[in-house]
Amino acid sequence: MSQTVEVKPPPARDERIARRSPVARLLTRPEVGALLGAIVIYIVFFVVAPPFREPSSLSSVLYVSSTYGIPAVAVALLMIGGEFDLSAGVAVTSSALVASMFSYQFTANMWVGVVVSLVVALAIGFINGYLVVKTGIPSFLVTLGTFFMLRGLNLALTKQITGNVGTNDVSNIQGFASAQKVFASTFNIGGVSIRITLLWWILFVIIATWVLLRTHFGNWIFAVGGSAPSSRAVGVPVNKVKIGLFMAVGFMAWFTGMHILFAFNTVQSGIGIGNEFIYIVAAVVGGCLLTGGYGSVIGAAIGAFIFGMANQGIVYAGWNPDWFYFFLGALLLGAILLNNLVRKRAEAMR
Amino acid sequence: MFRPGKRLAAVTLVVGLAVAVAGCSSTGGKKAEENNNAAVAGGKANTPQITIAMVTHAAPGDTFWDIIRKGAQAAAAKDNVTLKYSSDPASANEANLIQSAIDSKVDGLAVTLPDPPALEPVVKKAIAAGIPVVAFNAGIGAYQSSGALSYFGSDESLAGKTGGKRASDDGFKHVLCVVQFQGQVQLEARCDGVKSTFTGGGYDKVYVNGSDLPSVRTTIAAKLKQDPSIDFVVTLGAPIALNAIDAVKDAGSKAKVGTFDFNPQIPPKIKAGDLQWAIDQQPYLQGYEAIDSLWLYKANGNILGGGQATLTGPYLVDKNNVDFVGKFAAQGTR
Repeated sequence: MSQTVEVKPPPARDERIARRSPVARLLTRPEVGALLGAIVIYIVFFVVAPPFREPSSLSSVLYVSSTYGIPAVAVALLMIGGEFDLSAGVAVTSSALVASMFSYQFTANMWVGVVVSLVVALAIGFINGYLVVKTGIPSFLVTLGTFFMLRGLNLALTKQITGNVGTNDVSNIQGFASAQKVFASTFNIGGVSIRITLLWWILFVIIATWVLLRTHFGNWIFAVGGSAPSSRAVGVPVNKVKIGLFMAVGFMAWFTGMHILFAFNTVQSGIGIGNEFIYIVAAVVGGCLLTGGYGSVIGAAIGAFIFGMANQGIVYAGWNPDWFYFFLGALLLGAILLNNLVRKRAEAMR
Repeated sequence: MFRPGKRLAAVTLVVGLAVAVAGCSSTGGKKAEENNNAAVAGGKANTPQITIAMVTHAAPGDTFWDIIRKGAQAAAAKDNVTLKYSSDPASANEANLIQSAIDSKVDGLAVTLPDPPALEPVVKKAIAAGIPVVAFNAGIGAYQSSGALSYFGSDESLAGKTGGKRASDDGFKHVLCVVQFQGQVQLEARCDGVKSTFTGGGYDKVYVNGSDLPSVRTTIAAKLKQDPSIDFVVTLGAPIALNAIDAVKDAGSKAKVGTFDFNPQIPPKIKAGDLQWAIDQQPYLQGYEAIDSLWLYKANGNILGGGQATLTGPYLVDKNNVDFVGKFAAQGTR
């Protein structure tokens, strides 16, 4: 919208550094639209679903959200850095399988398996990143390849090693109990049981937000996502940043995999497929652009919360289960539309 | 510049140290595995070596299908049969796999018929090419019209009815059927079977995402909270049953759990009383009989069941017979 009205700016200030009202500044944050979407969906379920109002229900919504939200932290950083990772969902399963099978086959302490699995997960991230920066092939295609390869490896290696398609019972191996405390324990606050993944999730969001907004590395992430060639021209180590981001996704996939392993004890080799998509959805609903260079980790956390809330809320509301995915899609679309509307309004206020 | 070499070396060193320092577990693990995997093994037939193709609609990595395949392999080893196994969950692709088995001129075909209209034409082609065909696991209503010799499997609707009747007999009032994949006829048939014979009163159904365990668990818990009158949960797969047991605890519900299908973790849960019963359809037997019956047909012209369907289930496992079945399940063959 162009305006031809002549307005004389105050001569003392450059308009580029002009102060904007605090409301306008708040509304242009990437996560605000998602926050409003989350509030609307929360109110909807609070009204239509009586069991949703109980604190223990909020606790299970937050738990489901955290299992999507933890990988989404790294996926959001990666997307701000301008890349995709389609292998994240099955990498979660790979991590759980590696830890379980290593400890079982070598009758080793559970923590040894956990560490080996971390190394494998970081290596998967490194390979993804290395292939992307060295070949210049879009990460969408590279990680699509590794997605299928991991899917095959998960099944083939599990079958080869255990003779079955799931892992063996590891709950009586030494170190299982202590690892379970770290990755999958539950504690009570005021009669409501809270899962530890929620705390880890909050911690990861705080760390990632600090890195993104307060460090050089964070600036580099925005820069390489905005334009890799110009960042390279001003001396940003583009390849290092991108490989680092892929390894961060590997780390978060490992963490989630450890949670799955210690919460469920045995792991089926076929699970996790399709979850990579949910992580990306969480990041995008939370304001990350598909083109890179813009977004926030807090937004991705809110996106995961919206997904978890919609997922559980429909059941709490007792809506016809045949329509589940329709309602889920409609709620997500509604949240995205609201997000878009808020951002457009905010930009118009500038 | 980025140099991966040094970092990689450092990481390797750390892992090496971790392994050395942390050492071994004195409990559990492979060393504690007492079973010497003494699966079914017998002598070997002296009939001429033949090739049989087995084509199924299995999704890769599913425990249930793995047991079918183990049964088929055991029969193949005994009958001097070379087994060619392939699978694809999409019926159009399964039809292609059957076609390629025909093209490679196998001596026999064992197929599943989850989607008869899509698969019948290619089965008829195989028979026209002189290849004997047996059906198993899915297609009880269609195997005869497609020309297959015999059928080995469970009647899903009958299995569901067995479950519904048992739940009514045990005095439950409100049953919840948990479906882990949307739009699969055999899963719906089980739930419908449960519904048709359940006389306790309430019946509900919920869909969960079977490939995402945390959400399976919380969704079932959410449903139990939404309707606290639910006192019995029926799941349609063993891994889902294990999650349902946890979900019942999470929701603070008094509901009991029963399930279809089986895996090594199920018998201990039945013994402990966490699970009321499991309805098994004996997948090992389905795979075994499919191959063995083709061999008998080739070697001696026999048709098992005389052309009628041979049912491998429903076989209900509860506290009374769990000790007997449990030891085979632990080997991964039941």
